[in-house]
Amino acid sequence: MRPPRLRCLQGSRGTPGGRLGDGGTCVIDTLRLTAEEALGLVERGEISGAELHRAYWDAIAERDPELHAYLCTVDEPEGDGVPIALKDVISTRGVETTAASKILAGYRPVFDATVAARCKNASLPLLGKTNLDEFAMGSSTENSAYGPTRNPWDPGRVPGGSSGGSTAAVAAGLAPWALGSDTGGSIKQPAALCGVVGLRPTYGTVSRYGIVAFASSLDQVGPIAKTVRDCALLHRVIAGRDPEDSTTVELPEPVEIPEAEDLKGLRIGVPKELNEAEGIEPGVTEAVDRTIELARELGAEVGECRLPRSVEYGLPCYYLIAPSEASSNLARYDGVRYGLRVENGDVRAMYERTRDAGFGDEPKRRIMLGTYALSAGYYEAYYGQAQKVRTVIRQEHDAAFEQFDVLVSPTSPTVAFELGARTANPLAMYAADLLTIPSNMAGLPGLSIPCGLSEGLPVGFQLIGPQFSENQLFRAGHALERAIGFDFVPERLR
Amino acid sequence: MAISRDEVVHVARLARLALTEEELDRFAGQLDAILEAVGKVSELDLNEVEATLHPLALSNVWAEDEPAPSLPVEDALANAPDREDDAFRVPAA
Repeated sequence: MRPPRLRCLQGSRGTPGGRLGDGGTCVIDTLRLTAEEALGLVERGEISGAELHRAYWDAIAERDPELHAYLCTVDEPEGDGVPIALKDVISTRGVETTAASKILAGYRPVFDATVAARCKNASLPLLGKTNLDEFAMGSSTENSAYGPTRNPWDPGRVPGGSSGGSTAAVAAGLAPWALGSDTGGSIKQPAALCGVVGLRPTYGTVSRYGIVAFASSLDQVGPIAKTVRDCALLHRVIAGRDPEDSTTVELPEPVEIPEAEDLKGLRIGVPKELNEAEGIEPGVTEAVDRTIELARELGAEVGECRLPRSVEYGLPCYYLIAPSEASSNLARYDGVRYGLRVENGDVRAMYERTRDAGFGDEPKRRIMLGTYALSAGYYEAYYGQAQKVRTVIRQEHDAAFEQFDVLVSPTSPTVAFELGARTANPLAMYAADLLTIPSNMAGLPGLSIPCGLSEGLPVGFQLIGPQFSENQLFRAGHALERAIGFDFVPERLR
Repeated sequence: MAISRDEVVHVARLARLALTEEELDRFAGQLDAILEAVGKVSELDLNEVEATLHPLALSNVWAEDEPAPSLPVEDALANAPDREDDAFRVPAA
């Protein structure tokens, strides 16, 4: 299907990327246009914010009925800049925010999340709220109470999750950039499966004020875009200490937009356990190995390292801590002050029936898991022990960073799997997070960039750095991205 | 067996979830498998290891003790499923 075309001002010069020039007219190809290019067009007055918004609006009308990346879209853009899509865990004043759950159907926040407010202040008008796994619990966006999102590379497959709506929107040219959230890998993994770039920032660098909470010691909001530079530009808008979120800190240095196209002087560690874990598809390994070779050619020093227990104990550690924190965070959904209410008797019956009717299976499973792990008699063995495993994971990563600047691995063990392939087996679904979880447990930032295709589907390359090393990740990611030359427009949409 | 069906019933009650019999049967099996898998953490001898309570070494992050406007009452009640005057109305305990 041809992308939507939009008439521009007469006499404008053609520019690379999403502008197709012929004589004096121009068109917007939202599939190819990067946010940086769009910013340039607007700044130079070659296109108005309204026309830009219209181009995405038309693309959404054309492709979203099939893909279902959006839960809701905003008609009237507020602001004249490059529009943005926000994952539906981000509170947006007056605009329905559901966390893809029935328990928040019709809920309209009375305030903006800090990240939403910062986007507004930067004149990034809201395009709409994107689909996700309910309460950010999942790795495929199939747990949404409003139906799954489809992968733009193959609509019979998942986009990944939980930020699958955001990554699919960017990949399909339905938004120039988006915000997602990442707890166990929910930005990095769907970015990998959709062939786009996603950053999970250092814990504490982006405000969680107004974010529907899942696991408070793990949740982070981050940028999703077509290029590393776009991600850096968006990260600059949202990052930084927020007085409303006492778990945020000042950035030690300002966000830098990467320029360099080599990796001279960069020490890259390849953790054996992350790269040789069980379940990694051969096609994924091939693409990652090629990228590591490319890194050598760009001047990086590459060496092997070990994370002896982080991978083996990472998943169990996460699937104890995250559900435990979730069982507390989801206690607020009780039918009293907002959201769904099901009355049937006394107030206790209201709580129980509201929650049974409002929550899907995965939130119920995780709430019960967490409640059990925190209950008297089990706390020490489960949650208490998991918190110690977390220390071990942190220490192993710290040790690796004494010798290396960046650690690399596949982002996801597999390329996008088919819709329905893992929904009957929770443990099989959890395995999708095997490679993203360990660094998350240590509070470390991680960038996923597309590095190639396997069976025609995108493969993601994960770069992990020490706390507050985003600039280094952007530099490395940008240089690799230029060398790889991945075409982020899904083949079937070209 | 890592968790019995009776324990699942108990946990559901603690979490204020009114599960149907079908849900209890289904979840009991799944939770048992998951708990079995996450119980792996107990393999490690971590007596000498401190717990990580928080990813950043922050302590005592204070806000200035300055009065500021609170959420207006109408905003607070804006999404109320049932209200009466300035209060949320709920069934009796």
